Amino acid sequence: MRGAFFQALMEVARQDSRVHLVVGDLGFGVVEPFAREFPRQFLNAGVAEQNMTGVAAGLALAGKVVYTYSIANFPTLRCLEQIRNDICYHEANVKVVAVGGGFAYGSLGMTHHATEDLAIMRALPGMTVVAPGDPYEAAAATKALAIHPGPAYLRLGRAAEPSVHDGTPPFQIGKAIRVVAGTELTLVSTGGMLQSTVQAAQLLARQGISAEVLSMHTIKPLDHGSIMNAARQTGAILTVEEHSALGGLGGAVAEVLAESSHRDARFRRIALPSEFSKVVGSQEYQRLQFGLTPESIVREALELLRPRGAVTVHA
Amino acid sequence: MTSLPSPPTMTTEELRRLAKRLRLHVLKMTNLGKSSHVGSSFSMIELLAVLYGRILRVRPSEPDWDGRDRFILSKGHACAGLYAVLAETGFFPLDWLSEFYVDGGRLAGHVTKSGIPGVELSTGALGHGLSVACGMALAAKCDGHSNRVFALLSDGECDEGSIWEAVLFAPHHRLDNLIAIVDYNQIQSLGRVAEVLDLQPFADKWKSFGWEVREVDGHDLDALISTLEPLPLAPGRPTCIIAHTVKGKGVSFMEDKLLWHYRSPAGDEYENALRELEGE
Repeated sequence: MRGAFFQALMEVARQDSRVHLVVGDLGFGVVEPFAREFPRQFLNAGVAEQNMTGVAAGLALAGKVVYTYSIANFPTLRCLEQIRNDICYHEANVKVVAVGGGFAYGSLGMTHHATEDLAIMRALPGMTVVAPGDPYEAAAATKALAIHPGPAYLRLGRAAEPSVHDGTPPFQIGKAIRVVAGTELTLVSTGGMLQSTVQAAQLLARQGISAEVLSMHTIKPLDHGSIMNAARQTGAILTVEEHSALGGLGGAVAEVLAESSHRDARFRRIALPSEFSKVVGSQEYQRLQFGLTPESIVREALELLRPRGAVTVHA
Repeated sequence: MTSLPSPPTMTTEELRRLAKRLRLHVLKMTNLGKSSHVGSSFSMIELLAVLYGRILRVRPSEPDWDGRDRFILSKGHACAGLYAVLAETGFFPLDWLSEFYVDGGRLAGHVTKSGIPGVELSTGALGHGLSVACGMALAAKCDGHSNRVFALLSDGECDEGSIWEAVLFAPHHRLDNLIAIVDYNQIQSLGRVAEVLDLQPFADKWKSFGWEVREVDGHDLDALISTLEPLPLAPGRPTCIIAHTVKGKGVSFMEDKLLWHYRSPAGDEYENALRELEGE
């Protein structure tokens, strides 16, 4: 997603000289082409995220369209108050971009696990929150945000995920993409879990179960319509995210369902417990520890579809 | 580049009268609203008077005019002073000042931008204003505009690490259109700056980061004029003005007293303060 983001941002910057990229001294090997082609639209603010974010707000209040860029929690949590007060309160045109969503930097340890970002960004008034599912979505989101006024958070995965889509999907902020059609349950994925979720749907299909897959790339504003449709049509929703169970995709969908007329729809979340990972390991390894694999998605899906009243025995 | 508009040209005597009116407004506002921070406003009254009466290129009738100088009050708790000077210089009607800090009123207890002409940035959490000012100054450079950006900080605010991130940033980017002013009244929330977290040697710190620094008596109108009029002081370098001030300046029993960071003037204290300020 990282490469797709930079490529898309360069296209955007070519067309619109207001577009500025402000980085927090990160992006070795990927920011250079942008910096070379757009020296007047590029700024390395140094290892100083609070100032980076304040500067971005000042640039935006003077008419620029600003993307701040760093990894994991640095562009979000380190400078949260600057995002809240300087960007969100002023409806400043700043897009906060983090690479390394979830466990993308798994082996680097807890400091580099961005696992509460969606909840925290989502809570900020006026903030649009986007977590694309693959490089095609990342490119489309980057371009869409450039013309979407106001604050936004763009959560990218890592450097070279495989694409899930065959080409650029129809992308609209706040509108889920149906990646797989299905009738018996709906798997709703956000961010980099899309590939595993699609794989889970394929595994379910082998068992004769027809699962729909939605890529919920926008967490806020949430696509209520697609959730309502799923509740009506399949009646069973399983959310999948590489993020804390508190306040992310699952929480957001649960809120919608609980207040809707579809409270009888079946619902489960696959998300991280509210604890720090205690294991050392890559994204793949971390996902395995926390049940974020196609196989565990299948297991949860089968639990969700188990007839009501059946006794579940947990090991 | 557009040609520079003339800043307003109040005489020293007019500025003195403006400063007196500002203190009276602030006293009445904090009394009416039962609000704190009267001392924090009083220490920067002359600064505001000189900036708005003599230095800033702004158009009160056209507050969003592109070519305007930007003024950010980073010490947002002293908003009563800012609201008063904006009203006095015609950004909004004077009677709005009676809507400060009261339920359903227009003017919030920290600087709030929405719906208030002339306010550039909402502040109140310390350590934000200088970074945003850097961004605005950078944008002006980038676009070839000649406007300047002023940020007025408190001394206690300089405890914030984010301030020093910005202090490092501005000279590196040669922001000579940026002016940081520190209202150095030597008192912060829980005590004297020197005792809570000493800033000294303060001027040397800014100088060593690459700023052009001037120290000035923050209540001496002529000294402030002669310091602020020749800005920028050095091509390629941002300016820092350390204004030595007295918290609560203008009311004898408030001067240099921590209590008046918090206490709202009421009853006899209010009457006595009023008499003192009116009799000035």
